[in-house]
Amino acid sequence: MLTLSHYIVLGAVLFCISVAGLFINRKNVIVLLMAIELMLLAVNMNFVAFSRFLGDVSGQVFVFFILTVAAAESAIGLAILVLLFRNRSTINVAEIDSMKG
Amino acid sequence: MINPQLFQLICFYAFATVTVASALAVITLRNSVHAVLALVLTFFSSACIWLLAEAEFLAIALIVVYVGAVMVLFLFVVMMLDIDQEKMREGFVKFLPVGLIVALVMLGEMLALIGVRAMHARVLGANPATEAGLSNTAWLGHALYTDYLLPFEIAALILTVGVVAAVALTLRHRGGVRYQTASQQVAVKASDRVRIVKMAADTNYGRTPAPAASEESK
Repeated sequence: MLTLSHYIVLGAVLFCISVAGLFINRKNVIVLLMAIELMLLAVNMNFVAFSRFLGDVSGQVFVFFILTVAAAESAIGLAILVLLFRNRSTINVAEIDSMKG
Repeated sequence: MINPQLFQLICFYAFATVTVASALAVITLRNSVHAVLALVLTFFSSACIWLLAEAEFLAIALIVVYVGAVMVLFLFVVMMLDIDQEKMREGFVKFLPVGLIVALVMLGEMLALIGVRAMHARVLGANPATEAGLSNTAWLGHALYTDYLLPFEIAALILTVGVVAAVALTLRHRGGVRYQTASQQVAVKASDRVRIVKMAADTNYGRTPAPAASEESK
């Protein structure tokens, strides 16, 4: 029988995988962006599970908005990435330090 | 005949295994293109898991929006940029223990906080959309177009701003290329194109005009 904990544990595991991904791929911006997408997926998993469990539509509406914002975010993020590569010909995070304060 | 609840559970574990394995592949694969494809698999199997929770609209939206649009965008960018894969891997081994420790500690804390044992009694109830006599899409749509109408419109605005920003960021003007300026083309008037010059008719040329010519002038 499917329970709430199945979904929440899966969400937690996905979230921790993406946090580990942020730590071990500190150079590659593309993988960092993908880890953030994975993190949003983990959050959405919890929203869907609780929406179903509580019988409340708001959870699924929020997933819808998160999907929208995440799509816009990755579009702008990738545009910035292309621009960065055009100007600096690198996407290494360690070398992008011209604004260090 | 297999018990439907058992079948549901088997499906969940199968899809969850694929999801977790492909998520691990996303963060460990050497080649960025392979990582993007692994992320596609992650989203696809999560959509299957959402289908098990009877969130059909969001599952299809995840496939259409993420796999169809965002991941293709990622793939385009990854293939467009010429990245030195080896250099990007520097520090992978160095940060691996830190990342693993942080992730495992966080997972332990989360599971302790959730209280998995207590949650295990909470079975997903009857589908609220079916109880209301609606499909999942209609259930979601009713909420979106009544209670959440303003956020819905703002979401549309955010998408528009995202598109405009992405185009404006990557637009590049090269020198020496002739562009069409549509606004100038539309705003043009006949007087800008044709100049009518008044000239005195040359009446003294040759003989007097033939009758055929006067026919033409009519």
